[in-house]
Amino acid sequence: MTNSPLLQVKDLKKYYRVTSGLISRLSGEIKAVDGVSLSINRGEVLGLVGESGCGKSTLGKAILRLEEPTAGEINFNGIDVVGLNRRDLRELRGKMQIVFQDPDSSLDPRMTVGASIAEALVVHGISDPVELEERVARLMEKVGLEAGFYERYPHEFSGGQKQRIGIARALAMDPELIIADEPVSALDVSVQAQILNLMMDIRDRDGLAYMFVSHDLSVVKYLSDRVAVMYLGKIVELADKEEFFRNPLHPYTEALLSAIASLNPEGRKRILLTGDVPSPLNPPSGCHFHTRCHRMMPVCPQVEPELIQIAPGHYVSCHLYV
Amino acid sequence: MMPEKVLEVINLKTWFFTRRGIVKAVNGVDFVLTRGECLCLVGESGCGKSVTALSILRLFDSPPGRIVEGEVKYGGADLATCPMPQLRKIRGKDIAMVFQNAQSSLNPVFTVGDQIVEQISVHERISRQEALARAQTLLEEMNIPQPGRALKMYPHQMSGGMKQRAMIAMGLSCNPEVLIADEPTTSVDVTIRAQIIHILQELKTGRHMSIIFITHDLSLVKEIGDRAAVVYGGSVVEVAPVADILKHPAHPYTVGLIDCLPDVSAKSTRLSSIPGNTPNPLEMPAGCSFHPRCPKVMDICRSLAPATVNITGVHGVSCHLFVNMDGRSR
Repeated sequence: MTNSPLLQVKDLKKYYRVTSGLISRLSGEIKAVDGVSLSINRGEVLGLVGESGCGKSTLGKAILRLEEPTAGEINFNGIDVVGLNRRDLRELRGKMQIVFQDPDSSLDPRMTVGASIAEALVVHGISDPVELEERVARLMEKVGLEAGFYERYPHEFSGGQKQRIGIARALAMDPELIIADEPVSALDVSVQAQILNLMMDIRDRDGLAYMFVSHDLSVVKYLSDRVAVMYLGKIVELADKEEFFRNPLHPYTEALLSAIASLNPEGRKRILLTGDVPSPLNPPSGCHFHTRCHRMMPVCPQVEPELIQIAPGHYVSCHLYV
Repeated sequence: MMPEKVLEVINLKTWFFTRRGIVKAVNGVDFVLTRGECLCLVGESGCGKSVTALSILRLFDSPPGRIVEGEVKYGGADLATCPMPQLRKIRGKDIAMVFQNAQSSLNPVFTVGDQIVEQISVHERISRQEALARAQTLLEEMNIPQPGRALKMYPHQMSGGMKQRAMIAMGLSCNPEVLIADEPTTSVDVTIRAQIIHILQELKTGRHMSIIFITHDLSLVKEIGDRAAVVYGGSVVEVAPVADILKHPAHPYTVGLIDCLPDVSAKSTRLSSIPGNTPNPLEMPAGCSFHPRCPKVMDICRSLAPATVNITGVHGVSCHLFVNMDGRSR
């Protein structure tokens, strides 16, 4: 049991129906997440990278069932998440939490910080006021907030401090997995480092696992054990961090890596992708990436490549490697 | 050979007189922009880098904002004090600006083509046909697919990356001498960001345009900048050629900024961070504005604002640590 992964996702799909006109005629489907399989082990950090609209945030929310998945399996700690009723789901969410990108809109402006953090505990059945206060104080200390902040309101805090509050809320029920959806992208660089350090300290101390969703590869490299790349609803490459950065295989990964300046020392050729990410409402045929790929072959617009294992633990979906 | 000065900002102070107090957003900024160079203004949110850019063309809201002191020297005129009609002729024609958020800078009820044509016809007497043709060429240069079709599109029909490139095309429509780009890549994806940086690099080398590039991202500075000016608390704390500033940062704030970036090429160790937060502009610390967060703070820093010291001919820094190293003080 302990060797099985903490979270296992199989062929997860989340489609949004797009309707148009007065009678809400179904005019299409957006395949935000289109058959994603992945697993996260205990204490592991999986970095999930992709550009806006690739479905990475939707995937995070679908795993928690904050968005109801259209199809697929989610197994958390041996529990089938998709089949849970509301009450059991609520209980489970104590162990599986999410931290959002924008701390401003994820905190209630009319609740004090203490009450905001306590709410997470109350929801999970802790009602004794003395215990509540004590646990909130412990959580605040854990994330580096002064105890004196208890009675203050969110607007009195800076972005970094608000994100600490968000993390404290997520930690309330001692979760085993935190899905962090771009937790530092709204922060200034000097503060970003403080929050990343905090998240790593918590992981080292409590053995948490993270799914770290980000568009910033340098941040992902800093804290991930494994990295997955998403493009238009699908995972196109997944590998251990060392392998991923040393030997990127998918042309999209290559382009992403070459777009980071600090990783691009003199000599490494820059790959400029043409065009934008295509509309997910009408994705290109075959391999979704073929319209922007610098290594496109005749087969690519025809056949969709499958995610296959190239080396131990290194998966890629690209016809170059079939 | 002395590079030709295009724009010079001297002791610029733009203050905002609000009900809650005076916000000294720009408080004594100095820099020089030479022909064909890209000067990066680097800093975190609220440091005054955007207001500095807006002040060059006096584009901030007034009231409450006002330039209380300083000069913006351009082509024999002082843009900080010159009459509005004269400034209007310069805006968009000689000095153009590209904003961070293309979504809110483009007018949603006009096509992109109309908006570029409008900009051209304000400054030049040419026919609509000619203006449209020029707009199309510009969009083409920006690598926008099907530029003819893009001209007839409304902003909402374009993707974020396309809008940002349309904004740059608009900025370039009168072939300005100076382009001010205020975080033009913050709201776009990395692959689009790479495209935009590529375009700006070509402008610099191809057209010898002078660019002021405002960013919070030091990795972009390395990529596009010739010189960088680090802004903190409303003034420039360090200015130097990019290679110099990244390899030998002098000011403790610059050192901190560089150290706290996760380095993709290094093994992961704990990140160093700058303690605390950027200061509240209403309650700027006395003395050196960085002193509450500075690891090397000394007694003098709390009371006296440091003067700018040239530690080499091209590397200036405002920090009390370096007063004795003054080679060529001004």
